[in-house]
Amino acid sequence: MLGFLFRRAVLALLVCLTVLVVAFSLTRLSGDLAVSIGGPNATSEDIATIRKNYGLDRPLPVQFFDWAANAASGDLGRSYLYHAPVSGLIKERLPITLGLGLSGLAIALLTAIPLGIVSAMREGSVLDRAIGLVALIGQAMPSFWLGLVLVIWFGLKLQWLPISGVDTWDGFILPGIVLAFSAIPALLRLTRAGMIEALSSDYIRTARAKGLSTASIVLKHALRNAAMPVVSVAAVQLGFMLGGSIVIETVFALHGIGYLAWESISKNDFPVVQAVVLLLAMIYTGLTLLADMMNAVLDPRLRAG
Amino acid sequence: MRHVLDIVNLRTGFADGTEAVRGVSLQVARGETHCLVGESGCGKSVTALSVMNLLPRGARRSADVLRFQDHDLTRASDRDMARLRGVKMAMIFQEPMTSLNPAYTIGSQMAEVLERHRGASRAQALERAAMLLGRVGITAPGMRLAQYPHQLSGGLRQRVMIAMALMCEPELLIADEPTTALDVTVQAQILRLLQALQAEFGLALLLITHDLGIVARMAQRVSVMYAGEVVESGSAEAVFAAPSHPYTQGLLACIPVPGKTPRDEPLGSIPGTVPRIGRDFTGCAFRDRCGHASNACSGIIPRQDAAPDHAVLCTMDLA
Repeated sequence: MLGFLFRRAVLALLVCLTVLVVAFSLTRLSGDLAVSIGGPNATSEDIATIRKNYGLDRPLPVQFFDWAANAASGDLGRSYLYHAPVSGLIKERLPITLGLGLSGLAIALLTAIPLGIVSAMREGSVLDRAIGLVALIGQAMPSFWLGLVLVIWFGLKLQWLPISGVDTWDGFILPGIVLAFSAIPALLRLTRAGMIEALSSDYIRTARAKGLSTASIVLKHALRNAAMPVVSVAAVQLGFMLGGSIVIETVFALHGIGYLAWESISKNDFPVVQAVVLLLAMIYTGLTLLADMMNAVLDPRLRAG
Repeated sequence: MRHVLDIVNLRTGFADGTEAVRGVSLQVARGETHCLVGESGCGKSVTALSVMNLLPRGARRSADVLRFQDHDLTRASDRDMARLRGVKMAMIFQEPMTSLNPAYTIGSQMAEVLERHRGASRAQALERAAMLLGRVGITAPGMRLAQYPHQLSGGLRQRVMIAMALMCEPELLIADEPTTALDVTVQAQILRLLQALQAEFGLALLLITHDLGIVARMAQRVSVMYAGEVVESGSAEAVFAAPSHPYTQGLLACIPVPGKTPRDEPLGSIPGTVPRIGRDFTGCAFRDRCGHASNACSGIIPRQDAAPDHAVLCTMDLA
């Protein structure tokens, strides 16, 4: 088990380092940073001064190691756009994105897993088909459209939930639902497929031959074996929700990491871009690591390998 | 004699129209081993699953009598069946490698039987599990209880399955090809174990196999199945002494006997394959493969007594 964890952790670290190099290189490839910082009215002397002040005149490897060393000690540089430390910007916005992603994932799991189980237990029935159809519609629905529809219905007409901002916890519900919709179809289908396979397995026949209750057969014996792909995909989905929730953040006027990323990319605020990419890479690899660990808990065979 | 299991005219069909079991009757008494023998797909496993009510969804089961002890299984609800299964009637399967849940320890899977049916605590249940593991010949039962199925060999897993089946001291044990997936030396050990346990617990044992060697060794009674029907049944001595159905004769001719079967002659075989039987099938299902077939074989086939306690489903004159 320890060896397994160690191998996965080393792998995660290597992935983060690679992303770091790529993110750094990409910001340097997108044009002369001093020119874009200076803006359209800057003279060539201004640009030269900017280049010198920001250290952009140094060789790229030096710039990279300088930045990486600072990042390792928690200093991610300053944003040109906000004239504030990048770490402060991220600290301020991360809770919003985390709240959004976690509520989206929670809603997705609480919907997809029960529906997937019911679908598998009634495979081929009208109910199964109806659930599959809903999943298909959910997948086909653009999230900005669904977001606006929900805002109109629950926010404006019924006035049950706030339409924007997250001053209170219920502000996360509508954007969470919209985020969840994109994750539900995959999670539902995985749960269904995994459960169908598990329920037709020999060990389930054994469990039935032992006279166990349906609840024990389905939830204890089948679900645990069906859960592994669901855990893996849910981790990736959460990473996606955290990094790619820009459309939803825009619709619901939430200033999270996605919005920050979009803003900094469009304005070439490269310290922020680098920091956000690094953060998301760490979140992704962290989540994958977490999923591997959860799967090792679920399946003893993985602990040996 | 009162039978533990009494089946009369059991019929089981599947949603695709296949008639897997067509009027099977058999009885198993306490302390008796009844072997249900036949080739793959003849309906012997489906017969067992019908008794346990473990048939896949969409299967239809009917019987004139399907009685276990005093329980009429044709009228038992799912809830009634769940109370009998694992308690009074237990079953072990052909595939020891896949019949245990890979995600739970041996101890957990054994203990839950007693926890569910007897309301035992985990500690009590594990104690009995350890005792039974020792009884089925597993050394260091305490260590095995904490292990997962993938850490055990096929033979050990089948022993675990047997021990698990005995958790609640059942009256009837159905063993569906319990040794087919195991290598020969382990097969012999498992069979000896089943015999010893049967004597110890007074089990009624319904042993399903395609191996006539196992039948000769284990059975007091035999039912030979072909295409969903019992074509020959009786005491093991009677059937082996005078196999009367052409199918039984053919099966026995397929087995080489060391010292008796000439080396340079081909072994016996039965030409053709088992036909797929639909709902409107009549006559003898073996007639296309039978050397004695006549026009009468397409009609209603009589069940005749070849000898006392030895019945044969055939049109041939057996007298």
